[in-house]
Amino acid sequence: MRLLSPGEFAKGKVQSVQDYVLLAVRSITNLFRPPQYLADTIQQADMVGVGSLPIVLSACFFTGAALALNSAATLGRFGALTLIGQLVSIGIVRELGPVLAGLVVAGRNASGMASELGSMIVTEQIDAMRALGSDPTKKLVTPRVISTVVMMFFLTILGDFLGLSGGYVISTFMLGLNSHQYWSNAWQTLGFSDVFIGLTKPLVFGFIIATIGCYYGLSTKGGTQGVGRSTTEAVVAAMILIIGVDVFVTQLLTTILGS
Amino acid sequence: MVFREVKIAFEEKQVLNDISFRLPYGQTKAIFGVAGSGKSTILKLAIGLMRPDGGHIYTLGEDVTQMKEEALFELRRRVGIVFQESALFDSLTVRENVGFSLYEEGAPESEIEQRVREVLRFVELEHTLDLFPAELSGGMRRRVAIARAIITRPEVLLYDSPTGGLDPVTSTTIVELIIKQRDLYKTSSLLVTHRLQDAFIMATHYFDRQHNRMKPLPPGQGCEVPLSFLILRDGKVIFDGDAEELTHTRDEYIREYIS
Repeated sequence: MRLLSPGEFAKGKVQSVQDYVLLAVRSITNLFRPPQYLADTIQQADMVGVGSLPIVLSACFFTGAALALNSAATLGRFGALTLIGQLVSIGIVRELGPVLAGLVVAGRNASGMASELGSMIVTEQIDAMRALGSDPTKKLVTPRVISTVVMMFFLTILGDFLGLSGGYVISTFMLGLNSHQYWSNAWQTLGFSDVFIGLTKPLVFGFIIATIGCYYGLSTKGGTQGVGRSTTEAVVAAMILIIGVDVFVTQLLTTILGS
Repeated sequence: MVFREVKIAFEEKQVLNDISFRLPYGQTKAIFGVAGSGKSTILKLAIGLMRPDGGHIYTLGEDVTQMKEEALFELRRRVGIVFQESALFDSLTVRENVGFSLYEEGAPESEIEQRVREVLRFVELEHTLDLFPAELSGGMRRRVAIARAIITRPEVLLYDSPTGGLDPVTSTTIVELIIKQRDLYKTSSLLVTHRLQDAFIMATHYFDRQHNRMKPLPPGQGCEVPLSFLILRDGKVIFDGDAEELTHTRDEYIREYIS
């Protein structure tokens, strides 16, 4: 293997970022140019949304339960155990619901997209598609981006509910709190900004997951080994981006909404 | 199709170095060369799947080196290509693979069905309509790829090692299909191959419509076959002529190659 000079390495990285940005922009601008692939979008929505449902719901449920358990000790020390509903609610809706759903969908779907498109690259199916007069970014990328963005939104709503339910199970059956008190606390503490921030993040995360998965898939080089490498890199990149972008989105929206 | 002083390099290796040739209307040109000599690259360059580092390529009167990807999609619909490993879409059935271009154009379902059956009958695989590529043999996959390439009635056909990796009997079946397409539809074609015997069969046989099979040409009629040969060596064209010229060449390398 040839060693790259620092200059060549930096140039390669800048080129990759440029290619990624171009692909991400095209995935959006394709929406305004025919043809539109509704059937492919629905099929992807089924794979991303319905396919990820069990794992997102269970991850959120158990995280909500663990959050309630962990908070109980601290809140109990101050005699504020009744506030557990508020804490779980804010924690899940603003932060954990979207991030957990994002990480789970990234692990499951960014890898799936990268390996599927990567396999199509190494078996010349992408070239065949271009040769048959179809734009792979329109037929393969845009449907994945749209379906992942939409499905992440709904998965997060359901994940939030299951997270709150996890907290409820612990609060009611283990800590002996009143169930009405838990739910009314959890509900009343949520303001517009909490829900807005909590439901904006999945849209951003969905876009990151699909564009990163497709970008790594379409940049695959080097046969089956390359497919494996793309798949791993896609998951790592998507997860790091989700966690990093989460900080910026939280700060930005908090500044804009003032809470 | 015209190639004019085309050059391309991969990672500092000059694969094609100022190559020029013409493919006149209705003619078949067989391209030979050792592995890595840039034969398949020529086909990809011809329809803009790759961009050359220099020179001009005119396909159906358009300079593909100057065209944007969006405009190339239109041009590629007028050219058919059969990839080395068939490059069939593995998640689609034979019907969907063969009719891919027509589905993309939004043609009526009845027309697609009729034309898919027509071309599958041409390659004698009508019974495989609902099978997936993984359920077909290597030879059958090549025939499906030929059917997919000819369904739009292209003006030029590009064959990338259509008999590569096949047994002699299946290879002859594929060559017969290429001869059938050449003689019945007079389609211009570029044929990349490393099997000299395939090209010699093409030079010495014609397709007999009456008996639906290829037959040897009567002695002395070989020159009437619209077939020429192009041989590449070290990125250069070292031979471009017909079968007669090829058999009488004094070039030592070519004589050794064809012996």
